[in-house]
Amino acid sequence: MSATLPLPSPVAVSAAQPSRSYWAVVWRQLRRDPMALAAGGVLLLIIAAAVFAPWLAPADPYKASMIKRLLPIGSSGFLLGTDELGRDLLTRLMYGGRLSLLMGVVPVLAAFGIGTAIGLFAGYVGGKVNMVIMRVLDVFYAFPSVLLAVAISGALGPGLSNSLIALTLVFVPQVVRVAESVTIQVRQLDYIEAARMSGASAFSIIRVHVLGNVLGPVFVYATGLLSVSMILASGLSFLGLGVKPPEPEWGLMLNTLRSAIYSNPWVAALPGLLIFVTSIAFNLLADSVRSAMDIRR
Amino acid sequence: MNTPSQASPAPERGGRPQPLLVVRDLKKHFPVRDSGFGGPRKFVHAVDGVNFSVPKGKTLGIVGESGCGKSTTARLVARLMPADAGSLIFDGEGVAEFRGLHLKEFRRKLQMVFQDSFASLNPRLTIAETVAYGPRVHGTPAAKAMQQARELLDRVGLDAANFANRYPHELSGGQRQRVNIARALAYDPQLVILDEAVAALDKSVQAQVLNLLQELKAERGLTYLFISHDLHVVHYLSDYVMVMYLGQVIETGPVERIYGHTAHPYTRALLSAVPSMDPARRTEASPLAGDPPNPINPPSGCRFRDRCPRAHAVCADRAPELAAIHGAPEHFAACHLNDTASGHPDAGQEFSA
Repeated sequence: MSATLPLPSPVAVSAAQPSRSYWAVVWRQLRRDPMALAAGGVLLLIIAAAVFAPWLAPADPYKASMIKRLLPIGSSGFLLGTDELGRDLLTRLMYGGRLSLLMGVVPVLAAFGIGTAIGLFAGYVGGKVNMVIMRVLDVFYAFPSVLLAVAISGALGPGLSNSLIALTLVFVPQVVRVAESVTIQVRQLDYIEAARMSGASAFSIIRVHVLGNVLGPVFVYATGLLSVSMILASGLSFLGLGVKPPEPEWGLMLNTLRSAIYSNPWVAALPGLLIFVTSIAFNLLADSVRSAMDIRR
Repeated sequence: MNTPSQASPAPERGGRPQPLLVVRDLKKHFPVRDSGFGGPRKFVHAVDGVNFSVPKGKTLGIVGESGCGKSTTARLVARLMPADAGSLIFDGEGVAEFRGLHLKEFRRKLQMVFQDSFASLNPRLTIAETVAYGPRVHGTPAAKAMQQARELLDRVGLDAANFANRYPHELSGGQRQRVNIARALAYDPQLVILDEAVAALDKSVQAQVLNLLQELKAERGLTYLFISHDLHVVHYLSDYVMVMYLGQVIETGPVERIYGHTAHPYTRALLSAVPSMDPARRTEASPLAGDPPNPINPPSGCRFRDRCPRAHAVCADRAPELAAIHGAPEHFAACHLNDTASGHPDAGQEFSA
């Protein structure tokens, strides 16, 4: 069959065409990646369900019923069954996504901002300042992240904001490391020397020439942290260090449903399944973003 | 208010006869991580007492093997790294003590083109933005800087209508190097340092860029400091040539003197290593054996002596000074062979390349 292949026509790269900006190219690349589309679609669905939970959810997430405890999946009126206190599980999963996603995204965003700033500074200044900053952060880095998160939030006490702070502190050293190493690479390139030759101030050089080239790799690394953050947050809640009952949160739900694992295993597994699916989707999307952003090298 | 220093081209001090750049006794030693505790700290003698001057409107070519200190010299002159010792006089003004505003002003007059055309362009900026960046740092309004950038791109042979909004990865090596040249010219410098600026280009593109450099020099009265290991290219572009070996200047003079009547065995070996266009004149024999000695522990006396075919006992005892060659103005060489009083048995014999 003489199928016409969608070859890029030579005209498309001719001189007359205006260049696309870097992010436009990345976006186009992402839209063509089926994995990115699938992962993005799943995430969008989960996020939408969480955000619009008050309007979409079929029941009240706090309304318990002693008679309707641990109903199996597909019971009439309770699509995904009920939990150990007879609350509608679908509703609680939708509401639970709000806190779980919040705890996945907020610490990573905060660590991305703080870590990039510290990393840029340490990497650009170099020398002894860099050494002091990096060695101090290495102390944090030396602990496994789960242990560190548990230790910090244990010290701060349970609660949502404390677990957010704990998770941010866990991620900052990791982001700083990436930002610092990329900054050091970028700093020794000739275009930085050329910018120095132009008499520009260090601030202007960092803003115009360093930041733009460091942000990409750090962003990719941070997207990979989203799933870790969600799992750690769920772990903290599971251990009783995060959100307190009766607040719906996936990790906490996994904990409280643990006792039902023998009587009603499918219902008990649902929060864990959601954590799993969400973090996998974040990871796949991060991988796609990484390859989409790789076009320049 | 329009300050005189903002007018272009920058005002010239001392008239034509005064050299644009005078470098005196420039030194840079890089510390090497010592092998153990308590041992003496070692240094790489990257640039060890270099003296030269560049007349206005001329091109000084610096040649030498890899690691001889050419690029370090360029970076020291550009003040991209601090020198350990020595002084720079740029257009009659001392530079070594420049800081802050003065340094900013000095850098307006001195620009550099690097070897790696890709690494020297920010991949996130369009080429017009790259060219306009310097003038914007110096306070030119954005729109005007962009307009000037487009004009400059046109001048270096890149059609601004097509190229101004492109990113470096969309350009070929020769085109990128033209962008680098346009950036260097963005605020009418007096001195342009070309650090292996054409070395990474293939021959046909190299020729185009060299011709562009010649045109720009004539057009704008530029002075070049041209660093290269390619002796053909240096011959073509330079008015004066300086030969470096292991961090020191061993010979300097007008290009025709160096290429025609060299007064140093090392320069002679370098020149005879250039492949000849005439097959009948090609030699199989290697003119120079071995690698340059370790710059951490340079040999005593003349640094070239352990590779020199005419080395003698005196060469190990005393380092030859850079001295004027008899009967040739502006030609200097550091070799005992040129000094009848040096004690070298062959001294004073006619040296011919």
